[in-house]
Amino acid sequence: MDVLIQLGVFLVLLALGYFFGRSAESRHYRSIREREDELRRIVVISQRLPPPSLLRHDAALVCGNVVVSVDYFKTVAAALRGLIGGNLTAYESLLDRARREAILRLQSAAAELGAEVVINLKFETSRVSGTAGRGLGSVEVLAYGTALTPRR
Amino acid sequence: MLITNIEVLPGKRVVKHLGLVQGSTVRAKHAGRDIMASFKNIFGGELGGYTELLQESREQALQRMQEQATAIGGNAVINVRFSTSAIAAGASEILAYGTAVVVEDT
Repeated sequence: MDVLIQLGVFLVLLALGYFFGRSAESRHYRSIREREDELRRIVVISQRLPPPSLLRHDAALVCGNVVVSVDYFKTVAAALRGLIGGNLTAYESLLDRARREAILRLQSAAAELGAEVVINLKFETSRVSGTAGRGLGSVEVLAYGTALTPRR
Repeated sequence: MLITNIEVLPGKRVVKHLGLVQGSTVRAKHAGRDIMASFKNIFGGELGGYTELLQESREQALQRMQEQATAIGGNAVINVRFSTSAIAAGASEILAYGTAVVVEDT
């Protein structure tokens, strides 16, 4: 009986994770694509030094960060995948989303300053989780760079 | 105070390097938020509370770094880097470091 209850809880969590997680992911991707189109005018490059034409601009540090959480389905899928090795697609899409979201926030911070370009983009990824070694929990992605604003 | 993560400040000249400055902060998560976060680990999605918390801590780290730079007479910090580490369960340290410099307009 106990085994059945445990199995039931597991399956319910799995189903919840699958449906909510998938809808959250597709909603997030849709909003990311929309905002990426909007913010395309702010060019983000990982080049270290400013292009010569932008040498008279004002510089300021801008950051964008986001913490995203895995869902139960992804955790289980990744754990199973871990047995046979290979690409953890479940986590790949999670990190891809987080990174693009962080860039978008960086771009909107730069847009507020009236910047044209963000140079020397750096990423930083870290775990924020209380899952005590079981799976990934949540990840934080930080994107930071130097925004160049035309001098008035 | 001017802060960049590149070695130069466009339109300015670095006249003096004052050395490394740093600012750090260790923040723990709110227990209530932690419970909410474990629910989120089932459903997935963004953890707004944590995003804000980390953003605030990062601003504080930058603030402390700037105070240190001001104390040694700098007016800009260049080559700033961030580093985050989970030092204990539920607490993370955020460090910001860079080079304090004196700049003047060219």
